[in-house]
Amino acid sequence: MNKLTISLSPHIHSSGSIDRCMWNVVIAMMPALAVAIWTFGLPALWVTLVSVTACLLTEWLITRYMLHRPSTLTNGSALITGILLAFNLPSILPLWMVVIGAIIAIGIGKMSFGGLGCNIWNPALVGRVFLLLSFPAAMTTWPSGVESGFDATTGASQQADASSGATLLTHLNAGDTSLADYNLLDMATGNINGSLGEVGGIAILIGLAYLLLTKTITWHIPTAVIASAALFSWAFGGNPLLDIFAGGLLLGAVFMATDYVTSPMTHKGQLIFGAMIGLITIIIRRYGAYPEGMSFAILLMNSFVPLINRYCRPTIFGEKERRAQA
Amino acid sequence: MKTFRRGGIHPPENKLTNDCQITELPLPGELRVMLAQCIGAPPRPTVKPGDRVACGDRIVEVTAFVSAPVHSPVNGIVKKLEPTRTPQGIWQDSIVIEPDKENPISYPEPRTKEETDALSPKEIVEIIGDMGVVGLGGATFPTRVKLSVPEGKSVDYLLINGAECEPCLTCDNALMKEHPEEIVEGTLLLMRAAGAEKGIFGIEENKPDAIKAMKAAVAGKPQLRVVTLKKKYPQGGEKQLIFATTGRIVPAGGLPIATGCIVDNVATAYAVYQAVRLRRPLTDRVVTVTGPGLSNPGNFLVKNGTSLNDILTFAGGLPDDTGKIIAGGPMMGRAISATDSSATKGLSGLVVLPHDEALRKPEGPCIRCARCVGVCPMGLEPYLLMLQADVKRWDDMAQRGVMNCLECGSCTYICPSNRPLLDMIKLGKQELRKKK
Repeated sequence: MNKLTISLSPHIHSSGSIDRCMWNVVIAMMPALAVAIWTFGLPALWVTLVSVTACLLTEWLITRYMLHRPSTLTNGSALITGILLAFNLPSILPLWMVVIGAIIAIGIGKMSFGGLGCNIWNPALVGRVFLLLSFPAAMTTWPSGVESGFDATTGASQQADASSGATLLTHLNAGDTSLADYNLLDMATGNINGSLGEVGGIAILIGLAYLLLTKTITWHIPTAVIASAALFSWAFGGNPLLDIFAGGLLLGAVFMATDYVTSPMTHKGQLIFGAMIGLITIIIRRYGAYPEGMSFAILLMNSFVPLINRYCRPTIFGEKERRAQA
Repeated sequence: MKTFRRGGIHPPENKLTNDCQITELPLPGELRVMLAQCIGAPPRPTVKPGDRVACGDRIVEVTAFVSAPVHSPVNGIVKKLEPTRTPQGIWQDSIVIEPDKENPISYPEPRTKEETDALSPKEIVEIIGDMGVVGLGGATFPTRVKLSVPEGKSVDYLLINGAECEPCLTCDNALMKEHPEEIVEGTLLLMRAAGAEKGIFGIEENKPDAIKAMKAAVAGKPQLRVVTLKKKYPQGGEKQLIFATTGRIVPAGGLPIATGCIVDNVATAYAVYQAVRLRRPLTDRVVTVTGPGLSNPGNFLVKNGTSLNDILTFAGGLPDDTGKIIAGGPMMGRAISATDSSATKGLSGLVVLPHDEALRKPEGPCIRCARCVGVCPMGLEPYLLMLQADVKRWDDMAQRGVMNCLECGSCTYICPSNRPLLDMIKLGKQELRKKK
């Protein structure tokens, strides 16, 4: 007879794996990618391909020649970072800048901490913020020819400059808040200007539904981010719907704030984490120098995750009863 | 439908033997009865080679409060006193008995209904102790000790655990379907012994026949109730069952008795019926033998001391691709290294897994997906406990409540990175117990 395997219980395992989680996220991002390509044309595809290739290559080179570990590419996490980074870039960004962003995202954002599971900040956002601070002009130049969300006939404040359109949030940050100027349907379906991944509100929500149905993520973080952003937008005299659909709020709430590695471990912690992201985003949008605050809000709250984990521990079953007894 | 609230998982049931009737295993040529068959001190043998023993004779003396005697399952001759391997491969003392070929089994005259009704609670507890009844859910805690209610505590509920939330196992289901009346009588005896007013049977929804049989058996007995439980693992965990059926919460670190509950398995209730009413000591039990490669899986009535080889042969023999054999269920059972060991009171099942299901998948890094935290029924943080165990910070583990872990294995089951969370938690618990 063969030798019997001895191991501790349990002896069965769920079908879940890291690869499956990650590939589910990749699938969930496909509708948004499709909308991006439909809105911005082929340049969107090139940015995405370059970003993904650069991310995969960076990870491979580092694991192979610096860490001397087996390749980790098949788990799909570098692929996600690549797509997410592209989602955060304008479609007309020079491709060499995309490559730099990818190297920073994977190299500094992830591998320098020890690879998957060890990083503190969302790698894609580290890459994006690096690019935003290094190349502020290129990062806020949007392709012309795409509707900026203004009704052309009433668009008194439409950008005259044909080479760079403006996003809704640029106008919003400049103090222009009347909803009459914005077409909500365009915002929800991607017929507006912005970074690749942030233009298709409905596509992102389809991705969210997929992630929830496959139990890849729970509802806590996206709901908390969106609800809190809506609440504070209203409280600060803004238009909640506008704040939700404009800019990267949905993209961040669904795909970036929910990153396993950089979000809290308990539902309570996740609700606090999400609510704070919503609040900080709205504060930056209203009072900050940048028109968009989602990336900074997520990175800031990423830094607080260890603290949130410390104070939002689950209660041990029966602990309350034990205290009551003692 | 009732359930516990926090955590839990839904592993595939794989209950291949759900419709198998209880079949008695043929009597083997020799029985190797282990001395240590319960939690507590192993008893001392009182027989020597050459002695004739009768079916049901006590063959040991008990040396400690937490312990239980063992009895001869057959009429026969004591051949040897020698060590036998436990399923985990450790040599332990056993008594080897050769059954009488002519007349191997003889049972005493049962108590009449009147005689049984006349017994005092104290007498019932004594009989249960004398007959070697232990918890048959797997923990093998002496039932007599459980029934010894501490001064100042009282028992409101006697809970009978028929959840059988472990995948693969069907022995409790079979028992409930075939012997509901006997289980009810055993439960009433347990209630009398403990002074409990009410008895509740908790059964998972995936056993409709057992629920029907038990409901029929409790009809007309207002003190008894059958509660249907949601199918969710670990529904049969003691603290989870108490919460699901009564809404009471056992204080962390406390025993069920703190909430006025005693929990016993259905097989234990059946053994109590046999011990008190039929004067038959606990010398056999129903064992589920199952696995995708077995040609004759089933629920077998197995005599204490039967070789595991005999049991597996009866079930069709081990398939060629056998990679692992589990004593108990796949979630909490133990992998066995020796099939020449013998059946004990705690053996609820033998699960034979093929080679490709036996090995663990390669371990990856923790991606902090929080699933282990989400499924832990005790509200622990398995990912953190594992990290602490990695760097031997045992006291930090204690501070994070590791001793509350019931070792249900939900965390390891769900981990997408295949991390051995429960292994490290068990290590931490062991180190902390050593320090005490």
